[in-house]
Amino acid sequence: MKKKLLSLILAGAMVMAMAGCGNSTEPTTPAANGTGAAATGDGALTGTLKLGVIGPLTGGAAIYGNAVVNGAQIAVDEINALGGDFQIELQAQDDEHDAEKSVNAYHQLQDWGVQAIAGTVTTTPCIAVSAEANSDRVFMLTPSASATTVTEGKDNVFQLCFADPNQGSASAQYIFDNKLATKVAIIYNNADAYSTGIYQTFKAKAEELGLEIVSETTFTDDTTDFSVQVGDAQSNGADLVFLPIYYTPASLILKQADSIGYEPKFFGVDGMDGILTIEGFDTSLAEGVMLLTPFSADATDDLTKNFVEKFTAKFGEVPSQFAADGYDCAYAIKAALEFYAAKNGGLDVTDMSAEQLCEILISVFTDADFSADGVTGLGMVWDANGQVNKEPKAVVIKDGVYVGM
Amino acid sequence: MLVHLINGISLGSIYAIIALGYTMVYGIAKMLNFAHGDVIMVGGYVSFFAMTKAGLPAPLALLLAIIVCTILGITIERLAYKPLRSATSLAVLITAIGMSYFLQNAALLLWGANPKAFPDMFKNAEAIEFFGAKISPVALVAIFANIVIMVILTLFTTRTKVGKAMRAVSEDKGAATLMGINVNFTISLTFAIGSGLAAIAGVLLCSAYPTLMPTTGSLPGIKAFTAAVFGGIGSIPGAMIGGILLGVIEILARAYISSELADAIVFGVLIVVLIFRPTGLLGKQIHEKV
Amino acid sequence: MKIFDKASTASKKAFLNYGIVLAFFVVFQTLVSTGNISSALKGQLIPIACYMMMAVSLNLVVGISGELSLGHAGFMSVGAFTAVIVSSAMAGSSDLSSLIVSIIVAAVIAAIAGFLIGIPVLRLNGDYLAIVTLAFGEIIKNILNCLYVGIDEKGVHFAFNNPAALAMSATGKVIINGPMGAVGIRKISTFVAAIILLIIILIIIQNLVNSRTGRAIMAIRDNRIAAESMGLSPMKYKMLAFTVSAAMAGAAGAVYALNYSTLVPKKFDFNTSILVLVFVVLGGIGNMTGSIIAAGVLVVLPELLRKFSDYRMLVYAIVLILVMLGTNNEKLNGKIDTFFKKLRMKLSKGGRK
Repeated sequence: MKKKLLSLILAGAMVMAMAGCGNSTEPTTPAANGTGAAATGDGALTGTLKLGVIGPLTGGAAIYGNAVVNGAQIAVDEINALGGDFQIELQAQDDEHDAEKSVNAYHQLQDWGVQAIAGTVTTTPCIAVSAEANSDRVFMLTPSASATTVTEGKDNVFQLCFADPNQGSASAQYIFDNKLATKVAIIYNNADAYSTGIYQTFKAKAEELGLEIVSETTFTDDTTDFSVQVGDAQSNGADLVFLPIYYTPASLILKQADSIGYEPKFFGVDGMDGILTIEGFDTSLAEGVMLLTPFSADATDDLTKNFVEKFTAKFGEVPSQFAADGYDCAYAIKAALEFYAAKNGGLDVTDMSAEQLCEILISVFTDADFSADGVTGLGMVWDANGQVNKEPKAVVIKDGVYVGM
Repeated sequence: MLVHLINGISLGSIYAIIALGYTMVYGIAKMLNFAHGDVIMVGGYVSFFAMTKAGLPAPLALLLAIIVCTILGITIERLAYKPLRSATSLAVLITAIGMSYFLQNAALLLWGANPKAFPDMFKNAEAIEFFGAKISPVALVAIFANIVIMVILTLFTTRTKVGKAMRAVSEDKGAATLMGINVNFTISLTFAIGSGLAAIAGVLLCSAYPTLMPTTGSLPGIKAFTAAVFGGIGSIPGAMIGGILLGVIEILARAYISSELADAIVFGVLIVVLIFRPTGLLGKQIHEKV
Repeated sequence: MKIFDKASTASKKAFLNYGIVLAFFVVFQTLVSTGNISSALKGQLIPIACYMMMAVSLNLVVGISGELSLGHAGFMSVGAFTAVIVSSAMAGSSDLSSLIVSIIVAAVIAAIAGFLIGIPVLRLNGDYLAIVTLAFGEIIKNILNCLYVGIDEKGVHFAFNNPAALAMSATGKVIINGPMGAVGIRKISTFVAAIILLIIILIIIQNLVNSRTGRAIMAIRDNRIAAESMGLSPMKYKMLAFTVSAAMAGAAGAVYALNYSTLVPKKFDFNTSILVLVFVVLGGIGNMTGSIIAAGVLVVLPELLRKFSDYRMLVYAIVLILVMLGTNNEKLNGKIDTFFKKLRMKLSKGGRK
């Protein structure tokens, strides 16, 4: 036993020393000579991983945090139900979408002995927590905090969702290529890094392509009255309204447009996914809405079908993109550990410290050979900045369901 | 311009109905009932479930919401505020805030965090053309409801015996007791009426802005409270004028100045009004006696 | 003789407060240095000290000066964002000197904001005053939501409601990005600095309260007309208390901000003001010791309730209501008072024996 512990420490020290040599993207492949890694010898992943999730479970942003936690719970249940030697213990802590509470939640997870974090869900708390986690050396894979500032300068933080800039330019390109509009209006949330980030890159790309933007209006998290924003788009004669926002305000905008008889095309991004699942929402309002999204609950591949089925059975609602992100986070971390175990003759995570696991996971996520499959994309790969690379799909809502475009 | 004006009046009408609840309770119990905004939210949820789960028609759902909120209002008053009748106003204020947290978190546990889309009660009604401006039917209903409520309440407080008793209690509790008025009953009645109005406001609010969350009531609650002070807290016509002015200023500021600064402008106007009329537009000037 | 007695009880009370703060410091610093503390509690030490500062400074306005303020978090945010700008501008200096200068500048700017806001606010009375402080708190939040600040080799750039107007050079860095707030804040606050600042604030407040000026402020609170007829200017003394309180909130905000790497204006909304007010009311209006203890307990309480998971905030709300009902119910209070009286009588009798 003592020997095992010693070798464990040695392995950890080795990995740390290697990671210490700067953020090299070169695959770290310690010689598999028996002393490397906490070896079970057969390349298998064993032990129990303590995985923490931080997100808003109460307060105004609770919907996002709960979706991620529920999604991750499904993944963990699945993994544990396999009955193998590898198990995950999941603990979720509430941060009320507040940086201070989020850091508290993070420390709470540390006291529990967390080994890796799937979080945090929202951007501002994520920046605060990732600064702490970076100095403590705790690995973070955020399901949904998409601002570039989340990962900037922190080698231990990775994103499972798209970083904002990619989505904006992809949307503008798509609208231009398919000649969807001559006059574009944009309504975005300027209190939200996600929304503003997409808006900025969309605008830059649109100007480059020569798309005419006739109306730009903003709102903040508390806004429920969109009469001014929709009215502005209408009076400027926009024939397409670009909505780089989450689905709750989007549903209000669709409603407002309908009530004044304004019928432009609407184009959304991944945050728009979920609009069909709002309880009581009149889906006919969303008819013809287009969006770019990495996940759609109506996809027919086996992975998605299985996830949606289990999620609906357990929580009584159709999973949103956030739930899918949470689900994929748990699997991506598992895949990374398996990748390492296979390369290094096995890995037992039970007594490993968060620091050791952090360096292992960083080395795997930046490994050019590593990719993960999930319901939000197949073959996801990460760059050294922590940003993910996967393909968005363009879908349009027809008769209350997504149809590929 | 006209569209914004009418939208503003409609938003203001909803504020006014909420502000009435604040103003009446303040007039009688001299307390700021911060849980009022959350009673609105409860009203919204009750009518939502009545319509979607129980399949009740809209008027019945509204009635059910009014009944539930009235009972809730009386219960809150009995449990949390009545034991503090002789305590400092600050103690009552904090208790009201505690009650507001309680309602929000209870709603979160009972009904979940996912926003619900409130069903469209005026589905078959088309947008109405009004001098070339398109007005949503909900906006007109809100304005109409506000006027009706205002007339009924004014008649109630000036013509009926109970209403007069209410005004007597708000003037002077001690003297009212001596005149044989049951003060506790009158206060409960005020809470009942205020909460019933909150239910109506909740249904209107959710119809106009159809998203329903545990925190739905808090911001409109604060705005309506501002409106009540704006018009002169304790005054029924004051609440109406304050509410409508607030709504119009908010929408116009958002349309013509900046949507970020709209709230700042609303509060700025409030401050200017209070500097020149320290007790609000229609508030009574009370002169201190030495 | 009597006067002497009174003065000594006042200073006794003051020393009790310093004692509590020092004990808090010694206990937790020992725990930290011996590693016997959970990281959850360790991470909260600085915010706890900041909320204690907020609570005593608000108590100066609410308890001593007798004005209900619902916008105290506004001054905290003025201090916080000032500190973010100052500390970024001083990126080359040592942590300690940056921290000290940031706190001082934050306090001064917050004091100016307090003075300017005090001019209209203090003309009003009672609940109208309360709503105007609430309004100013929201206005400050809205204005900060529109504030963009960047820094490059030419210095600090400001822009209002238009991030593009910053006109920065290519190497420039945005420090404050409107409603998305500040990111990349230097984390230079320390527990020791927070405790020293808390003690300085306590010294200022307690000396103020026990001075001629303090007595004038309380006289105006208790009976404005009588105080005015004695030749005291209510505006002057209320303004003094309000401005000092704002400056302290600004300093607290500075320490708070420099403890997190990110900060958004929305953090300092109406709810934060109310939170601090709850500390003051629960701790006892005008009672500084109470404010300190209430702030400490109530900041930690929601964290301790985490084991209730989903029911956490519900339990918190119930505790809050029950405590208010318990401490403000006349019947219950009467019983507690008689209990303590009896206890004291027994003790003093025992002492004489």
